[in-house]
Amino acid sequence: MTVRVQMEDFDISREIAQLRRDNPRIGAIASFIGVVRDLNDGDSVAEMTLEHYPGMTEKSVEDIITEARGRWQVMDALAIHRVGTLKPLDQIVLVVVTSAHRGDAFAACEFIMDYLKTRAPFWKKEQTQKGPRWVDARAADDAAAERWQVK
Amino acid sequence: MITVLYFARLREAFGKASEQLALPAGTATLEAVRAMLAARGGAWAHELAAGRSFRAAVNQSVAGADTPVRDGDEVAFFPPVTGG
Repeated sequence: MTVRVQMEDFDISREIAQLRRDNPRIGAIASFIGVVRDLNDGDSVAEMTLEHYPGMTEKSVEDIITEARGRWQVMDALAIHRVGTLKPLDQIVLVVVTSAHRGDAFAACEFIMDYLKTRAPFWKKEQTQKGPRWVDARAADDAAAERWQVK
Repeated sequence: MITVLYFARLREAFGKASEQLALPAGTATLEAVRAMLAARGGAWAHELAAGRSFRAAVNQSVAGADTPVRDGDEVAFFPPVTGG
C-alpha cells in the first residue's frame, strides 16, 4: 500500500499506472478524488488551509487500508491527501483500490474514504467572506463511517 | 516527562503547538492529563471541559479517558477531524 501526505498536486493517471504496473491479475480499479468546492454551509470559500498530525496521519490511513484489506479482496491501495493552502477546483484527496473484481474495488474505496473522513487527523480552515473559520466535523460523515460497523 | 501536542482550533486557542509536561502523580491516565490542563483555566478550561467536543491520542493512536499515559509518551489533543 502507499500513503502519502503532500503539499503538491497529484496526477491520477500517473498514480494508477504506477499502482497497476505489471499486474495482470487486476481486473478492477476504483478511484475517488475529493476536490475543493467554492461553497460550504452557505458561504463562499476563497481558499482553505489543511493541517494534519504528521506521523499519526500516515499511521491512521495505513490502519484503515489494512482494515479494508481484511474485509475485501484488495490487491493494492493508494491514498494521497494534500495539506497546506488549497483553492476551489483544487484536488484534495485521492484513493485508488485495485482488485480482481469491481465489487471489492468499489466497496473498499468507499470504506477507505468514509473512514479517512472520520479517523484521519486532518483539519480544514476556510477563508470565507465572513473571515476564517475551522470547519466543523459533520454528523453525516460519522453516520457514513458507522454503517460499515458489524451489527 | 510527556510531550503534549495541540492541533487546529486547540492550537490556536492555547497559543502553542506543543509542550513538555511532568506526569501527574499517581496512576496517570489521559483523563488525569486532561484535568491537569483544564485546571489552568481560561481557554484550557473551556476547550478541554468534560463534554466539550475534542479528541485525543496517545502515541498517535486514538485514546479514551482511561488510556494509560506513561513517561515518554506523546499525547495529543485536537478537534474532531475534518479531512477528505
